[in-house]
Order: sequence, then C-alpha cells, then structure tokens
Amino acid sequence: MKTSVELTINGKTYQGDVEPRTLLSDFLRHHAGLKGTHVGCEHGVCGACTVIIDGKTARSCLAFAIQCEGHPIETVESLGTQDDLSPLQQGFWEKHGLQCGYCTSGMLMLATELLRENPTPTRDEIREAISGNLCRCTGYQTIIDSIEHAVTIQAGTAREAAE
Amino acid sequence: MNIKSKAKKSIPTSRQRELPGQDLKWIGKNMKRVEDPRLLVGEGEYADDIALANMLHAAVLGSPYAHAKIISIDVSKALALPGVHAVMTGEDVAKVTGVLPCFGSPPVEQRCVALGKVRHVGEPVAIVAADSRYIAEDAVGLIEVEYEPLPVVADLREAVHAKGDAVLHPERGDNNIALQRNFKFGEVDEDFANARKVIKRTLRWPRSGAQPLETCGAVADYNRGSGKFTVHANTSMYNYVGWLWAVSLNVPAHKLNIVPTMAGGSFGSKLFLHKVPIIAATLARATGRPVKYLEDRLENLSSCDHHGSDRYYECELALDADNNMTALKCDVIDDYGAYFQFGIGHHGNALSQITGPYKIRSVEANITAVLTNKCQQGAYRGFGSEVSNFVLERMVDAACDELDLDRVEFRRQNFIKKSEFPYFIPTGNLYDSGDYEAVIDKASQMLDLPGWRKKQAEARKEGRYIGIGLATCQERSVFSSTEFWSLNNVPGFTLTSSAEGVAVKIDALGKAVVKLQAPFWGNSPETMAAQILAEQLQLEPSDISVVYSDTDSGLSGTGPGGSRYTVMIAGALVGASKIIRDKMFLLAAHLLQSTPDKMELRDGQVMIKDTDQGMAIADIAMQAHFFRLSFPDEPEYDTGLDASYTYDHPLTTLPNDDRTDLGIFYPIMGHMCHMPVIEVDIETGRVTFLDYVAVHDCGTVVNPMTLAGHVRGGTAQGIGTTLYEQYDYDEEGQLRTGSYSEYLMPKAMEVPHDVRVGHVETPSPFTEYGIKGGGEGGRMGTPPALAGAIEDALRPLGVKIDALPVTPSRLRGLIREAQGVITRSVPGSRVP
Repeated sequence: MKTSVELTINGKTYQGDVEPRTLLSDFLRHHAGLKGTHVGCEHGVCGACTVIIDGKTARSCLAFAIQCEGHPIETVESLGTQDDLSPLQQGFWEKHGLQCGYCTSGMLMLATELLRENPTPTRDEIREAISGNLCRCTGYQTIIDSIEHAVTIQAGTAREAAE
Repeated sequence: MNIKSKAKKSIPTSRQRELPGQDLKWIGKNMKRVEDPRLLVGEGEYADDIALANMLHAAVLGSPYAHAKIISIDVSKALALPGVHAVMTGEDVAKVTGVLPCFGSPPVEQRCVALGKVRHVGEPVAIVAADSRYIAEDAVGLIEVEYEPLPVVADLREAVHAKGDAVLHPERGDNNIALQRNFKFGEVDEDFANARKVIKRTLRWPRSGAQPLETCGAVADYNRGSGKFTVHANTSMYNYVGWLWAVSLNVPAHKLNIVPTMAGGSFGSKLFLHKVPIIAATLARATGRPVKYLEDRLENLSSCDHHGSDRYYECELALDADNNMTALKCDVIDDYGAYFQFGIGHHGNALSQITGPYKIRSVEANITAVLTNKCQQGAYRGFGSEVSNFVLERMVDAACDELDLDRVEFRRQNFIKKSEFPYFIPTGNLYDSGDYEAVIDKASQMLDLPGWRKKQAEARKEGRYIGIGLATCQERSVFSSTEFWSLNNVPGFTLTSSAEGVAVKIDALGKAVVKLQAPFWGNSPETMAAQILAEQLQLEPSDISVVYSDTDSGLSGTGPGGSRYTVMIAGALVGASKIIRDKMFLLAAHLLQSTPDKMELRDGQVMIKDTDQGMAIADIAMQAHFFRLSFPDEPEYDTGLDASYTYDHPLTTLPNDDRTDLGIFYPIMGHMCHMPVIEVDIETGRVTFLDYVAVHDCGTVVNPMTLAGHVRGGTAQGIGTTLYEQYDYDEEGQLRTGSYSEYLMPKAMEVPHDVRVGHVETPSPFTEYGIKGGGEGGRMGTPPALAGAIEDALRPLGVKIDALPVTPSRLRGLIREAQGVITRSVPGSRVP
C-alpha cells in the first residue's frame, strides 16, 4: 500500500509515492535522489545519516518519511557546492577532517546545528557536539580542528562582507 | 650450529631509480586531498549509490544457529509475496554457482549460501530478490527453515580437541584444526638452555573488527545476450584475484567485468569480498535483472568474513646475563571461525617482524589455527602483525618489570643499530633500513618523558593513578605474495607476483589522466598519485585526474593492503613517467632540431639543456596526438602520449624448502614509538588520556597531513581494540555484540584530545624516493603502549594486563581483585 508523501527538503518540495514504513533516509536517497546522506548502521547509533529536521539534528534512519511532512528537512546538499564550498566544508577540506567521507555528511550537519546555536564554540563544546557520531577514520581530532577552522573562515567572510 | 643460517645471504640489487633526499616540489608537502570536494558535497559514489535500470534488491536470511543441519526449507510463502522475483536456497544456488574463493590450502569449502549445514550465526541460508529491499526483507521473514542443532564449538582451546558432530568440515578430517605447524628459526633450544632468565606470559588478543561505516555491497548485472556479468562492488584486489569470482560463477574470467565503487572505509575489511558480490551476481543471473545487495549492519557484524585475529598465546622470552634478549617462543592458537578464506597469511605477517626492532637471534613459533562456529577471519589493519607487536611489547615490559629495568633503556640496549641495516631477522625476512634510537629519542623529547615521570610521582602522592606507556614497534610494509602460502603444510598455489600497474595518458592539451587498478577505500590514492606524477612530469596537480580501472581495462594490480600502495604506485608512476618523458624528449628534440639526450624538464617545459629554448608540455602533447606527419616515419614517433607500467615488488625472494628461512617477503620496514599518558579512575575503571605522542618512521613522507591522519585514525582504532571492542560470542556461538549498541567503539570523548604526531624519515634504499608504507601503524602501536600505560598507572596495586579489551568494568574488576575487595577472578578479565 503506497501513499503520497510530500517533503520539503532544502527548501524544495519532493513528492513520492511510498509505503508508509519508508524511512526518511531511504526517501532522501532513493526517492529524492539526495545521496549525500549516508546510512551506516540503520539503528541510530553511528549517526552517519544525521540530517536537520525542524532545525534540530536527527537520525534519518530512525524517522519515517511520512512523519516529516510539514517539517522542513536540511541535508548536506543544502551546504555548498564543489565550486563554492561552505565555510564548514572548506574547514573540513583544509584541516583533513575526512578520509573515507562516509560519516562526513552527518558530521557536517551536527556542526551546522552547533554553529547556529553557538557561533564561536570552544573545542570542548565542539567535541561534545560531535560526540554522538562515529568516525572510523580520523580519530576525531581533525574534525574538531575543521569545525574550529570553519569558525575562523566564517569570521573572515563576515569581515570581508562588512568592509 | 646451523650452517645455513650462518651462511651469508644475498640481497637482491636495488631497483630504486629516484633517490631519497632530492629537492622536491610536491612530495613531502601537505597537500589538500583532491578526493575531498566531491565527498564534502555528498557526491562520492559508494556502493549504494549505484542504481541500474530495472534493478532488484536482495535480502538474506541468516542462520539463527551457530551450528546446525538444515533439514528443510519452505520458500513457498516468500515466493508468493507480490514483488518477489526469486528466492534461492543453498541447493538452488549450488546448481549454478560454485564454491567461494579460498586461499587456504587445502581449501575449506565455503558457499555464498549454506548448503546442508550452517556453521555460524548469520551465515546465509536463503537469498531473495524483490522490487525493493523492504519487500525482500518481508519475504525473508516468510521463509520457513527446520534446523537440527549440532554441538557448538565456541572456545578456541576446546576447538583443538573437537571430534564427531562438533567438527565443522568433516571432509577435511575428524578435527577442527585448519592448520598446525611448528617453525624454528635459529638455535632456539640452545639459546633457551643458555638463558639467564626466561620470562613467561600468557596473553589473549580478542576478536574485533574494522567496522567501516559503509558495509559491503555489490550491484550485479548479467547480460543474457553476451553471457557476461558486470559487477559493481566496494572491494579491493579485483585486478589481482577478481577472476576467482568468475570461477565461482562458472563463467570464464573474460565474461566478468568488475567495476569498483568508492568504499566508505575498509581498514582491510574490504580487501577481497566474495560472498556479497556472488550473491548479487547469482540473483542477477537467475532473474535476468540487475540486483543490488548491500549488507545491513547486523550482516556485516555477524557475517562479513573479515573478523580480526583472535589469539591465545603462551610465550617465553630468553635473556642472557647482560639483559640482551636472545630468543622468543610463541605457542599460539588462533580462532579462525568457520572458514579459512585467507589461510594463515596473518601469521606470515607476524613472522615478518616477530622479533620487532630487537636483536633477538632465534625464534620458535608453534601455530595452531582452529575452526569454530564464528564468522571467519579476514583482514583488519595489521593483518595479524599488530597482535605480535602487542605480544612482544608485553613480553618486553614483563622482562623490565621482573628484572627491574628501565623500559626505555632496556629497549634501547636491544635495538638493531642504524649501522646494521639491511638486517636479516631469524625468520629470513629482511629489514631494509631503520633508526630506532632516533624514533624513541624524538618521542621522549616530544612527550617530555622526564617531566611526565615527575608529574606522575607527584600525582601518586595525591592518590592519583597516572601511567606512561611505551611501545617501540615495527610496521612491515609492502607484502610479497609468498606469505600467502609459505606457512602452509601443502603450499598450494605458489604465486610470487604482487605487482601494481598504472596507466598514464597525457591528453592533447597536456593534462594527465592516471588510471589506478584498485579502488578508493578511504585512503588518498588520487592525492598521492597526483603528487608523485606532478613531481615526475612537472605538472600541476590540478592538471592531473585520477580514475579507477575496471577489470576489462585493468592491468595487474594488487591494491592497497599490507601498507603497500603508496610505495607500489610510486614505483609504477616512476616507470610510466620515464616512458612519457623519453617520448616527449624524442618529439621535442626533433621539433627543436636537437637530440633527446640534450633535453631536460625544467619549470614544466621540455628545454634544451643550458639554453632558453624549449617547448611547453601541452605543445608537445598536441603534436604527439594530431601531427604525425611532423615526425619521421619511425615507430617510436607513433601517435599518442601515454604509458602503462607494471611495477613488481621491489625486494623479495623465495622461502627455502624446509621453511627454516621464509625468504624476504615484507622488507620495507617502518617503525614507531607510541607514548600515551593516561589516568585510571580506580573507582570506575575508566581510562582518561592526558597526553599521547606517536612518532613514526615511514621513510620518505609523501604527504605529512594524510600520514598523520592515518596515524591518528589507527590510534583511535587501537584504543578501541584495547579498551572497548570485541566480537563477544557466548558458548552457544551467539554474538552478544551484534549491534553498535553493544559493540562499543571510541567516539570523540574516548580518544586523546591531541595525538601529537612526529615523523622520523629513514628512507628505504629499495623503493622510489625511499618511501615506506604507513597506513596501519597507529593500530599496530597503540594496544601494547596503552596496556603498558595502564599497568604503569596501577603499579602500586600490581595489576597486570594480559587480556584485551580492558573495558572499564573489567579493569575495575582487576583493581578490586588486586585490592583484595574481591577474590574471585572477574569473568573475562583474565586470560580465559
């Protein structure tokens, strides 16, 4: 039994005829074609599938797509493009915040939420903010470096804009 | 006296073309990764990102029993479910698809779907292809299987004595011993007889695993017209042994094209997939439609075929009157699980550096590989040599404790000296170069070891338990394939090639495309290849793109593994670049009315030496591709500017017949010194990091930033192995850590705030530029260093760390036992 689901993702409307049990992660990847959200454990522990729903980070593998109607969703595709990386993406690039890239989208969404709530976090606050997600490549240190660096990049961009 | 071991052994001549120590523009610099921009915007193409038209989705019914006969399977309800296109049992699969590749000799029969009997929890019993994964999983739930349970073998020491129904593979004999062999290298009996002191220890290394965040996956297509398979998969080694899938599928190798996807982490565990792609391909042939099979996390944990080493050691270390270590005996039982895909290559790894950085002159290794009702072993960062590092360093620490010697000075005294390289160790392997004192000196200095010793003493007065650990370990790199078979009683397929090819094309506009023969699996192959080719041809890295070949167009390529890839790709790129450079010189010389020997590359142009006359590479490339009549009618001027080059292992020899000498098989020898400083909370058993220094010597460093990334990431995995991680099977063979809620890994709170990484560079005399491998080192040094640090912290209580993981609860148990609060041994805290 399929039903029509309409979601607002990154400010755009996506409609799909899906079973009510369709997970948000599957809707994003296989119906909306937004493959930047990765699925790691499918039981809510690893955090690779983290997206922002209603302004708060959430595991997209633990939500049904149909539950998210009327609740705006943000994914990694809402950040920059390859030619115009966002400060966070730029920070991850410059500080080697990724290796295999599989956890990266989730980490970027956690950092997006953090910097909205706390634009100048300390390293401890960054560590706390990412401590729910697994990365198996980096040992986390350069992810923290990257987010810290993004704050500097953002400040520089803001300064340039003001001048 | 053994004459053979004393005879002077010859070392093959070095094939190094590019000497270390040159003034280099790109190699040795921190370069941002060229892979990153697409990964950062979510455009990496992983296995699940492959979508073919009309594609079906597979799901697998895994066994709930660890060991059982399959009496009957009823698939009728599953087949009747709308949207289901195929349901296949082991019997159905066996009619069309053969056994899976096995490198063990004699091989252990394994199938992608169990036939007649299941041998571990999670082993596939039936497979389904349906319109969606959801429907496929519904169908799996409708399959009815009747099992007859068999006795379960879950303990490695009991496995040695198993008989009758407890035997997993009766066709191999009435026991569960996959392989048993004794090796003696040098005069080990004499050295023990003459020892002043013998240190004895029993040690336990637990089964853990790589846990890449992306599971194993494949999308297979079968063209009924051509009879050809195309399989996209996140596997490595496909240009080396991928043809073995074709053997399993009962088609000739040219009827199978393997296309790599990016891998979301591997750490060895995607070295050579077999079950996942063969399941997808079998269903694709049965349905005539493309099929995707991606393991879910439970399947990856319970059935990925790549669990890490699981070993029980009884060790003895002999010392002479001057506290020199002279001989080592290791009696080891290794729990291989239900199958034997890679044979005991893991122990070849261990024997390549069994004596560590020390001048231990004789070794006895008594290896027993047993089969049990668990997922089989595969590859995980270290491939078994991380275990021998742990064992040796634990023995060294034990020697220091028993003889009241300083852990630094004792190591320093026993090190192979810089002047003694190249150095043959007793097993026959050669260490190419090293400077171990420089590494330990740098680490001590970076840590401020005396300063921490002082702080530790002060803290102890306050009742705090601070410990400083130390491990000085080897990181063998660039394996030779002889280790696949040299330990077998029946050698089997005695291959000796482990090459790496590369194809380089300079297009008409002077930009380069490099084609690698192995996938991206979380390392930095594109960045590394771009740096090396930019150095060789004086191109800008941004003018180089790197792609990954499939098997149809692939050259020989063994792929990443055993920390070989950078060394091998450098060798291949140097070879290919020379061909291209020679041709550019030939063409430019003709156009400039000069001779090739007068040409040189200068500032990215081909110039006549000592003049300002020359041509841009782009101009030569345009001529090479489109202006054939500008050149003489000789074959060397033929159209195009490209080269393929296959680089063979730089330094390897055969083992001798009686295996008293294993030959040179893992010679490019890295080294590391790890020094963690930790504090133990004796009330909770929690270990907190106060500092961490890791100094590595991987020869000439190509990209310090990415190498430091490997060191830190490997260190985090080593912390996991030491403190948290375990595939914990109960006596019924049930996996108690079958989800990430139970299989605990370090997150950001469980790792040091700053792993301070240092590099010493002792170049290899045998590889291009002197590069050595460095991809696995972190995990190869952390476990012994951290175990030593915990012991050091708890010295006042006399706690010994003989078994990993030292989880907080186990450590608290050991502490309470030492305090006399409890007397009963804590389950799992001691060597079982």
